[in-house]
Amino acid sequence: MADDEIILSELDDEELVAQMFDDLYDGLREEIEEGVRILLDRGWTPYDILTKALVGGMTIVGADFRDGILFVPEVLLAANAMKGGMAILKPLLAETGAPRVGKMVIGTVKGDIHDIGKNLVSMMMEGAGFEVVDLGINNAVEKYLEALETEKPDILGMSALLTTTMPYMKVVIDTLKEKGIRDDYIVLVGGAPLNEEFGRAIGADAYCRDAAVAVETAKSLVGRKHNQIGA
Amino acid sequence: MLLIACGALAREILALKAANGWEHLDLQCLPAILHNAPQRIVPAVEAAVEAARGRYARVFVVYADCGTGGLLSAACARLGVDMVEGPHCYSFFEGNEVFAAKGEATAFYLTDFLVRQFDAFVWRPLGLDRHPELRDAYFGHYEKLVYQAQTDDPDLTGKAMDCAARLGLAFERRWTGYGDLFWVLDRL
Repeated sequence: MADDEIILSELDDEELVAQMFDDLYDGLREEIEEGVRILLDRGWTPYDILTKALVGGMTIVGADFRDGILFVPEVLLAANAMKGGMAILKPLLAETGAPRVGKMVIGTVKGDIHDIGKNLVSMMMEGAGFEVVDLGINNAVEKYLEALETEKPDILGMSALLTTTMPYMKVVIDTLKEKGIRDDYIVLVGGAPLNEEFGRAIGADAYCRDAAVAVETAKSLVGRKHNQIGA
Repeated sequence: MLLIACGALAREILALKAANGWEHLDLQCLPAILHNAPQRIVPAVEAAVEAARGRYARVFVVYADCGTGGLLSAACARLGVDMVEGPHCYSFFEGNEVFAAKGEATAFYLTDFLVRQFDAFVWRPLGLDRHPELRDAYFGHYEKLVYQAQTDDPDLTGKAMDCAARLGLAFERRWTGYGDLFWVLDRL
């Protein structure tokens, strides 16, 4: 019924953000884009829109995914909606000098073409204020090394979906050790068949169960690293 | 001896049992849909093995790693039972060595079972019935669908071709028969 239709521009800020949480949850990209534009028109900073409306909403999506309430298709739709909002905000964030928490190079390992989880991590990391350099899929160790050299990130993220490809993460970490640069980076790993024990066994700094955990782990470890440097 | 197997292998194991007269093997299957939730495989296998203790002299687990990241193998070692070697059924149907040598990163595999159950195990769980626009998010990097045929069934081949078309992938039919599964069970 037309009477039930919610006019986003008629909502006050608090109601609008709450509605954007709902729209993100329902994967409504156009509504999210409209909500972002309205908040910009009302003088919100891009950073506040990103963190309070988009990341806040995606955090709920992430928690419900973790708890088995939402499933991959719904998360993908929500991510697509967030992407729409991010596309508007990204250039503005660059202009307004939003705080940068750190930098991450991320990629799916050699022999593996799966990138849904990696893409979610990239997006949530960007939302949390990290600069993300995404190497895409099927990355050989040389590609990671080149990116580390060029981009000088704080974090290296590796993803794998297959039992057959996850051991390649160790190849990358061992190569970093051989070159004496392992401790220059925080190494985070993730992917469906991985677990904490595997992460420890290959010498990663942490295994991240999902995108939300990746963000929290990244923030915590980058904070610790900066404290060490400052000490 | 009890075989605790993935439900997606039930038909194949029963066919092998009948063809080879393996009367000493009993079969208990766990729900095939665990294929889509590898994190639930280990607890389900553990419970089934424990429940079989005292009833059978030996138990054999007819799962490969199946996305458990080594956890199933560790659980089987703990429980003192053996399991199928290899990463998954796609690999042991082709033969683990042959499969590994091919290294086909961009192939999406379907077995006879998965062709029959394509909608229940692939299309609907991925939400493609409700959101077909997600197809490329899942399959954009794949190049072909490989139908690993355990049996020679023109109807299944036709259905597999249709699956490939729905996923927007090229199609290849590859006869595997039962591959390593025969050799594994024949030794028991």
